[in-house]
Amino acid sequence: MPKTEAKISGARLMVELLEEYGVDIVFGYPGGAILPFYDELYKSTKIKHILVRHEQGAIHMAEGYARSTGKLGVCIATSGPGATNLVTGLTDAKLDSVPILAITGQVATNAIGTDAFQEADIYGITIPITKYNALIKSADDIARHFQEATLVALGGRPGPVLLDFPKDVQTELTSVRKVDKLKIDSRHYQKPPIGGDLDSFAAALNKAKRPLLYVGGGAINANASKEIRELAEKGNIPVTTTLMGIGAFPGTHQLSVGMLGMHGTAYANKAVLECDYILNLGARFDDRVAKPGEFAENAIRAHIDIDTAEFNKRVSVDYLLHGDLKEVLKALIPKVNKVDRPDWVGFLDTLKKNHPLEFDDSSDTIKPQGFLQKLYEKSKGKAIVSTDVGQHQMWAAQYYLFEEANRWLTSGGLGTMGYGLPAAIGAKFGNPDKTVICVSGDGSIQMNIQELATIAMYKKGVKILIFNNNFLGMVRQWQELFYEERFSESEWNYNPDFVKLGEAYSIKGLRISNKSEIDKALEFFLEDEDARILEVMIPAEEKVFPMIPAGKSQKDMIEFSDTVRAGKK
Amino acid sequence: MKHILKILVNNHPGVMSHVSGLFTRRSYNIDSIAVGVTQDPEISNMVIVVKGDDSVVEQVKRQLLKLPDVIDVEDLAYHDCISRELVLVVVKVEDSNRTEIISICEVFQAKIADLTKTTMTVEFSGNTRQVEHFMEMMQKYGIQEIARTGQIALKYRSN
Ligand SMILES: Cc1ncc(C[n+]2csc(CCOP(=O)(O)OP(=O)(O)O)c2C)c(N)n1
Repeated sequence: MPKTEAKISGARLMVELLEEYGVDIVFGYPGGAILPFYDELYKSTKIKHILVRHEQGAIHMAEGYARSTGKLGVCIATSGPGATNLVTGLTDAKLDSVPILAITGQVATNAIGTDAFQEADIYGITIPITKYNALIKSADDIARHFQEATLVALGGRPGPVLLDFPKDVQTELTSVRKVDKLKIDSRHYQKPPIGGDLDSFAAALNKAKRPLLYVGGGAINANASKEIRELAEKGNIPVTTTLMGIGAFPGTHQLSVGMLGMHGTAYANKAVLECDYILNLGARFDDRVAKPGEFAENAIRAHIDIDTAEFNKRVSVDYLLHGDLKEVLKALIPKVNKVDRPDWVGFLDTLKKNHPLEFDDSSDTIKPQGFLQKLYEKSKGKAIVSTDVGQHQMWAAQYYLFEEANRWLTSGGLGTMGYGLPAAIGAKFGNPDKTVICVSGDGSIQMNIQELATIAMYKKGVKILIFNNNFLGMVRQWQELFYEERFSESEWNYNPDFVKLGEAYSIKGLRISNKSEIDKALEFFLEDEDARILEVMIPAEEKVFPMIPAGKSQKDMIEFSDTVRAGKK
Repeated sequence: MKHILKILVNNHPGVMSHVSGLFTRRSYNIDSIAVGVTQDPEISNMVIVVKGDDSVVEQVKRQLLKLPDVIDVEDLAYHDCISRELVLVVVKVEDSNRTEIISICEVFQAKIADLTKTTMTVEFSGNTRQVEHFMEMMQKYGIQEIARTGQIALKYRSN
């Protein structure tokens, strides 16, 4: 390796590399094993460090930041307990393909493997949940590992990477700051050439009478929204998205049939049953969407993905193309016929009319669905919305429509309760001018509620909506429907006073429980740029419909109207 | 169906865990695993033998290629590769059968590596079938201990 400049410490070099890379914000929490690095951060004028209250908060903030800006999210933790607190976030980022760089402190190299104070083998622990990870053994290796890690995090199908940084390596002096040879192959960071036969792929699509696009999170990572819209409009092909694909196609577009899967719209799931051709764009036939052997069984199945390991993984496909989705679509669109499909599009319009998203709005209680519709109208569909996990997440996915990508932040793959609040904070740091709303439940919010302090300390105007049903609502729903109403450990009769809790952090709050209060509450919620907590009391019995029971297929969907007919709505 | 996966990896610590972890994740039983450095000291060759249906092995192969430390993966068909396995086996011997065992070893071209009054340690190398066959022959004398390396393999060259 070329030795060109004066010697600096490993920690100094790491900070300089981050600066050169353009990283201007990092989320973290200090501790003994990462102190030399923090000392260098202290001196940096280019990098702003956000001090969180729990390392899990730091990594979810980095995720929210990365998802909403398309940039690399960076988080820092100390060794041992600090590092292990990142595990959930790393797994989350792996499953949802979020580019994250985690830097962890580690005990000095001569203490590694001795059960030293605050030692954890975070390298070993994170092997299955990172795209790339390394234990840096010498300050001379920092530049190479840094470059490899950032390239891998953002390249191909994005994902989390981790660099474990022993304390003595942070203080060791080095002059190696340029890399002459990377150890990893370029296939891990360069765009792959298009693989597969475009002509036969296009021919099959052109032959289809009732085609459907099934769009996943990969479409957002590939920044392919424009091409998807072009393809859909040229061929008059209806579009359904996965939970992760929301926003990749405008939710208000005439060709949009909304989300599919377990809690997708009835019309999207019926479209899957009726289509004769389904084209998967950057989705992964997840088990909440596709049952192997029964998913679109009468249709020709086609798939475009950047990750070859996704092909034929759960559902077999007839046609596939490998590559960057944007590039592949650019090559494919000219070969696709311009067609009007009045019958098919008309059929779906009728489905939309006859099987809409429904709920019973006859009482004075607040229904979360109706509330979210109002929130959508009031915020003009322009907000960045993060969610936690549960019923509120599904209602938000159903009732808040997005025109653009990178506005919807949710933990899709791992389903991590506690994701929503820190993800919203991270998004607000990346998008100071946008309204950022966290939609949560009384269960989820308490999983990372300590980050209210981060909001207060940095005066970030994050809007927090808590649907309070005094239950772990989604668990209750399953217990009601599939466990004969034995509500084992899903009910609690103790919640803190969320409004007062907010006040303790100087965040203004309001609680409402009657429909008549909604308009005023929304005004209070959105009136200015300050943080707000809005606690909305909702009936515990409210359920998410439609629903495809776990392990079943589109054919077994239960709609709201089915439950009304059966007398148990 | 048996698959012999030849995996070229960067030669540094942790790579073995990365690779074997992928098999563990799919609760896949590895029949044998053998690792050694190649002509390039920076690169190791791993040979992993697994049983499994083709589509699952294909999946594992693609997952392996996603690991930054994996350089190449090849699924060698049993019939077009040379594979070898080394086994050390300790058998009981008595005066009455010593020459018999020695002559069996001669037929198999197995080496006698150690000899005591009551035991004989034999070294044998061959492909899996030959090894199985040889072990069967030794069975009758009473096997006391075995050490096997796992298979290594290379493709036949065409010229
Ligand atoms: C960390 C974590 N633990 C447990 C679960 C399982 N889980 C999924 S949804 C849910 C209930 C969520 O309740 P709440 O946040 O109040 O939302 P609601 O469903 O009532 O809208 C639980 C416990 C999970 N997804 N994540």
